[in-house]
Amino acid sequence: MKEKIIKILTELRPEFDFTQEGVDFIEEGMLDSFDLVTLVSELDNTFGISIDGVDILPENFSSVDAIAALLVKNGAK
Amino acid sequence: MDFVFKHKRISGILTILPQKAVKFEDEMANYNFSPAKCMKLKIAMGYNEHRIAAEGQTSADFCEHGLRYLVDNNLLNPNEVDALLFVSQSPDYFLPPTSNLLHGKFGMRQDCLCMDINQGCAGFELGLIQACMLLDQPAIKKVVLLNADVLSPKVSPQDRNSKPLVGDAAAITVIDQCQEDNPIYANIKMDGTGALVLNIPAGGFRMPSTAETAVMEEDAAGNFRSKDNLVMQGDEVFNFVQREVPPMIEHLYEQSGVDRNEVDWYMFHQPNKFMLNKLADKLGVPRDKMPANIVENFGNASGVTVPTCISYNLGDQLCNNTMQLCMAGFGVGLTWSSIMMKVGQLMFNRIIEY
Repeated sequence: MKEKIIKILTELRPEFDFTQEGVDFIEEGMLDSFDLVTLVSELDNTFGISIDGVDILPENFSSVDAIAALLVKNGAK
Repeated sequence: MDFVFKHKRISGILTILPQKAVKFEDEMANYNFSPAKCMKLKIAMGYNEHRIAAEGQTSADFCEHGLRYLVDNNLLNPNEVDALLFVSQSPDYFLPPTSNLLHGKFGMRQDCLCMDINQGCAGFELGLIQACMLLDQPAIKKVVLLNADVLSPKVSPQDRNSKPLVGDAAAITVIDQCQEDNPIYANIKMDGTGALVLNIPAGGFRMPSTAETAVMEEDAAGNFRSKDNLVMQGDEVFNFVQREVPPMIEHLYEQSGVDRNEVDWYMFHQPNKFMLNKLADKLGVPRDKMPANIVENFGNASGVTVPTCISYNLGDQLCNNTMQLCMAGFGVGLTWSSIMMKVGQLMFNRIIEY
């Protein structure tokens, strides 16, 4: 799952390294609110789920682990 | 707050759109984004083209054109109108009310009530609720509800938060008393603590427009706008909608006793395709029962999107059939409202251009 997430993130913002540990993607400006819209659409399609709208909050996209936890919560396997 | 009304029906809907259509691609260069990112945004949000009023055209002009069309086609007799409601955020003047101006242009009776209501995205629902409250009075048998907004002049061309989605339009809905029960279930909620989430800071009495308020400033996301422009805190609006609208619709099912499977169409306000699809998924509604094609084709004209959605997607079908509609509006105020009612056998349900 994490590899797929990193691949999607890298395609979205190729200028950043999303494999770094301890980096907050939001605080560092690696993802903005419009990236989140595109990212959610990609994640929905890739994992065959629909991420709940109330979960589309910046803190749930701050790291690969946070995104993975969000996907699991929304039914991704 | 919940409402139930009986012996009232919608007898016609007319949507009036500007002739001028502007493509998303034609405005992309104004946004502080790469072309590739703009195209991703276009797909995710469902942006394609939006209708923009010609310079000098106001909300009242679109209403006047639509009313003239109805009168000329014998679909409305101005002498039979007992109340004229104008729901808009873009009146011609601070005073007089725009509804009074239109009343004068059509020579309506002196005992016709005119009322302007300042409301945006939930303006169709609030207008319908107000119309039904008026129709509870024996003296009022026919209400003409005008929803109209021409806000494009207030949106910065360099604001990718708002510019690609805003459209101009008007809609005329005629609501009558009727013999049949025809129950209409409605609810509405407000949260004024979020009132400035959608806002035009300057131009009113609090902050009159000056040379200073016209200065363009860059925000943290790279958008440029002045205090005379519409500002929308998109994240806040999105979160508010996802938090409040699903429980409102669940409540409407309970309130009305209408099962979700009995609803033929979900006609919701249209901020963008992404937001609507998320709402449909959350509510367990098939996406094709909640059309999300108004922003894509015409833009978001605040309270006009719901009647536009009905006219565009159902058209003459609603002149020959009756359908169970679940309607919802949410946004400016903050305000959120929904209505469950049967609509059909309309005298007219169409779109014209001006």
